[in-house]
Amino acid sequence: MATFLGIDYATWWYLVIGACFTGYAILDGFDLGAGAVHLFLKKEESRRIALNAIGPIWDGNEVWLVIGGGALFAGFPKVYASVFSAFYIPFYLFLVALIFRAISIEFRSKEPMIWWRKMWDISYSVSSMLIAFALGLVLGNVLIGLAIDREGNYTGSTWDFVNPYSLLVGATTLALFMMHGAIYLVMKTEKRLYTRLTIIVKNTTITFAITILLLSFYTLLYVPHLSHRIKENSWLFFVPVAMVLAIANITRNISRQKYRYAFLSSSVVISLLLIIIAVELYPNLVISTIDPAYDLTVRNASSSEKSLGVMLTVAAIGVPLVAIYTTFVFWTFKGKVKLDEMSY
Amino acid sequence: MDVEILSRIQFAFTISFHYIYPPLSIGLGLNMVLMEGMFLKTGNPLFEKQTRFFTKIFALIFGVGVATGIVMEFEFGTNWATYSKYVGDVFGSALAAEGIFAFALESGFLGILLFGWNKVSPKVHFFSTIMVTLGSMFSAIWIVVANSWQQTPAGYHIVGQGLEARAEITDFWAMVFNPSSVERVIHVWIGAFLAGSFLVMSIAAYYIIKGRHLEFAKRSFVIGMSVGLLSAYAQLFSGHKAADVVADYQPAKLAAMEGHFDSSSRADMYLFGYINTRDEKTHGVAIPGGLSFLTHGDFNAPVKGLKAFKPEDRPGSLNIVFQSYHIMIAVGIAMIVLTTWAFILYRRKKLFEKKWLMHVFMWSVLLPQIGNQVGWYTAETGRQPWVVYGLLRTSDALSASVKASQVVFSLILFTLVYALLFILFLYLLNKKIQHGPEGLAEEMHSPHLEEIAENFEKHRL
Ligand code: HDD
Ligand code: HEM
Ligand code: HEM
Repeated sequence: MATFLGIDYATWWYLVIGACFTGYAILDGFDLGAGAVHLFLKKEESRRIALNAIGPIWDGNEVWLVIGGGALFAGFPKVYASVFSAFYIPFYLFLVALIFRAISIEFRSKEPMIWWRKMWDISYSVSSMLIAFALGLVLGNVLIGLAIDREGNYTGSTWDFVNPYSLLVGATTLALFMMHGAIYLVMKTEKRLYTRLTIIVKNTTITFAITILLLSFYTLLYVPHLSHRIKENSWLFFVPVAMVLAIANITRNISRQKYRYAFLSSSVVISLLLIIIAVELYPNLVISTIDPAYDLTVRNASSSEKSLGVMLTVAAIGVPLVAIYTTFVFWTFKGKVKLDEMSY
Repeated sequence: MDVEILSRIQFAFTISFHYIYPPLSIGLGLNMVLMEGMFLKTGNPLFEKQTRFFTKIFALIFGVGVATGIVMEFEFGTNWATYSKYVGDVFGSALAAEGIFAFALESGFLGILLFGWNKVSPKVHFFSTIMVTLGSMFSAIWIVVANSWQQTPAGYHIVGQGLEARAEITDFWAMVFNPSSVERVIHVWIGAFLAGSFLVMSIAAYYIIKGRHLEFAKRSFVIGMSVGLLSAYAQLFSGHKAADVVADYQPAKLAAMEGHFDSSSRADMYLFGYINTRDEKTHGVAIPGGLSFLTHGDFNAPVKGLKAFKPEDRPGSLNIVFQSYHIMIAVGIAMIVLTTWAFILYRRKKLFEKKWLMHVFMWSVLLPQIGNQVGWYTAETGRQPWVVYGLLRTSDALSASVKASQVVFSLILFTLVYALLFILFLYLLNKKIQHGPEGLAEEMHSPHLEEIAENFEKHRL
């Protein structure tokens, strides 16, 4: 297979997709997290500010899910087909949550009635939690492997996706995003709301630390294929060590009230988590629990070299462009949130 | 019912619902670019009011469009897994390009369009409006290119056999510029311009009937009318080009569109009619030899008919194809007549006095919606029984691991969710229109709002 900088195209594409999903987790992670902590804010004013803190950007963040999905479809169609048809029910529930979240944000402030606003607040917050949890749930299932046969068709039963490991990954993802989102909101708010949010940040950080600890032990003990690389190559230990440091750095910066650094640290935590996963899985994308010969790998599941080459060019042109104007948009809305007549 | 028919119904239902919104977003976007451009040029605050008002409407439409779009991308994987494996190599690159070049652009700048009024200069804001509109037009390019590839495949070769067979890309640009893409992208764009401009005219006509915001309404109507008039004529030409391509590359679809069975005889062009599938005859009012003339420039030239195809290679629902196609043309002609008429009256300065005509325009917002929906029904139902024309049958494209009970579940779920969504959408749209352009500025500073906040405190969760 053709290579670029000594790495073959399929592996490049594995990295690109990994980068898309990492970008997605960092970006949509904070607005999903902001949604998940929404109900902990009690006042109407607070809720409006919190909503408007993500108002102008959440849609742009969500696009990374669309891009990541498109990239997976393009680069590894077999994986796309297997995973999506395997998780039929959870994916549809996930879609419903996505729809409700989008319209809750859009509809909430369109009517003054209290019941109306409360209803959409609940819908917004619950759907944000469900999305975060469902993302983790699917990730967890992919991590432990699926019952796929030679053709890549799923042979398990409809409800197999509910299992302890995946539930734990789901909970961890939710806690992680809540922490990430709360830190983001702290950066965007002031006065009493700010004080209230700092408490939420502390609580969510503790929750996340607990879940990630549990998850790490579980993985080390029961999911050998997710820790073999680290066990074999001792230099890779720097990744989990860096992660522990980054988590510690979050709490440190929170007590120093340097929330921007705390936010950076939690973004680093997200990236490191996904890096560990990518390193451990490679070259597999989906592990077959039936027979290792049926594993979908970077080699046997990728698109043609031609197609991968074209898309790498597309990505090389497109991603910097997107990065430039995304930065511009974020920069436009920097600073503390102020409500005006066009706000939600 | 089996998985195939259920999945087809579900896909048709979800895409039809999605396709209510994209044309409105694209078309309204274009109208807003014009309004804001005029504002920058003339400095007339009326144009600013227009832009702000329609931006609010746009936000609502765009929101629902985004919420419903992601569903289909997932559906390819969940319901059409074999299809996804088959076309992923080709189709995936178009979807990926759409994400990177189009969605990211529109949703990135959407934030500034909606919330950036006080944060950026008017020029930068105008630039954002243009970017959002361009982004949504680009997304139409990529998705229609992908769809056109499955109508008229090009730039690929097939590797593997049986269940393992799949299309691999050999020439990216031949894939992008496959025989039908250009014509169809243009046709879809213009369809969207019509949708947007008829919405502007409809809202304006409503205000004129009610005697509210008159100055605002008349100016808006004229903008909508100008875009609508040009688009309506252009759509006729572009539709003709689209039909030419169908004649060249999808003869079975063309035959179904006109209910033409016998290859040996000349082909008529129906104004309306219906196909009797049992005795394979079409009844109705027709221009004799019309289709022969359109395809060969000769009223007596034979055109390949449905009987030339094996029954299993003909579109299944002939009447859907036939009727959809004829409704589309009827709607297109109705829009030409309406906009031309309005234009003439406008030149004579009598347009806004004709209350009944304003009533017609208020309701004619439905015309382009109907046209866009039935247009897709023509194209997609006429493509049957193939998903990828001549290569992959719809019945072979399904997910092997998905059961009928699961599809029933998702179909019912989405029917309920979309019904709710649609009711809410109409309710809020109506509310925005009732509220009108004047209310915008006061909305925020009204004592009303403080009252709400106070009430909220009392009813704390
Ligand atoms: C003519 C244009 C057109 C057509 C035929 C389609 N779409 Fe669409 N889509 C748009 C034009 C559009 C748009 C104009 O870009 C949207 C609609 C809402 C909005 O208003 O943006 C959008 C939104 C939208 C989104 C959300 C993007 C975001 O988060 O910003 C997705 C994932 C899709 N679409 C996917 C699809 C798929 C898989 C389709 C076909 C099977 C499809 N669309 C047909
Ligand atoms: C006025 C005469 C018109 C003609 C002759 C015409 C012709 C056609 C033809 C032949 C197709 C099928 C193309 C294919 O299968 O590849 C088509 C599709 C379509 N039409 Fe029209 N059309 C007309 C008007 C309209 C109008 C007024 C609208 C909407 C406002 C519209 C919207 C569509 C759409 C959305 C499609 C599907 C997309 C596509 O296949 O390009 N058309 N049209
Ligand atoms: C681009 C916008 C699209 C629109 C507006 C559209 C519209 C439609 C409509 C109206 C149907 C129902 C036809 C019927 O069931 O007989 C349909 C069916 C279908 N379309 Fe499309 N379609 C679009 C794009 C696509 C794309 C990109 C694909 C790629 C997979 C696709 C694949 C299908 C499939 C698999 C079905 C169900 C099987 C069938 O009945 O054809 N469509 N679509």
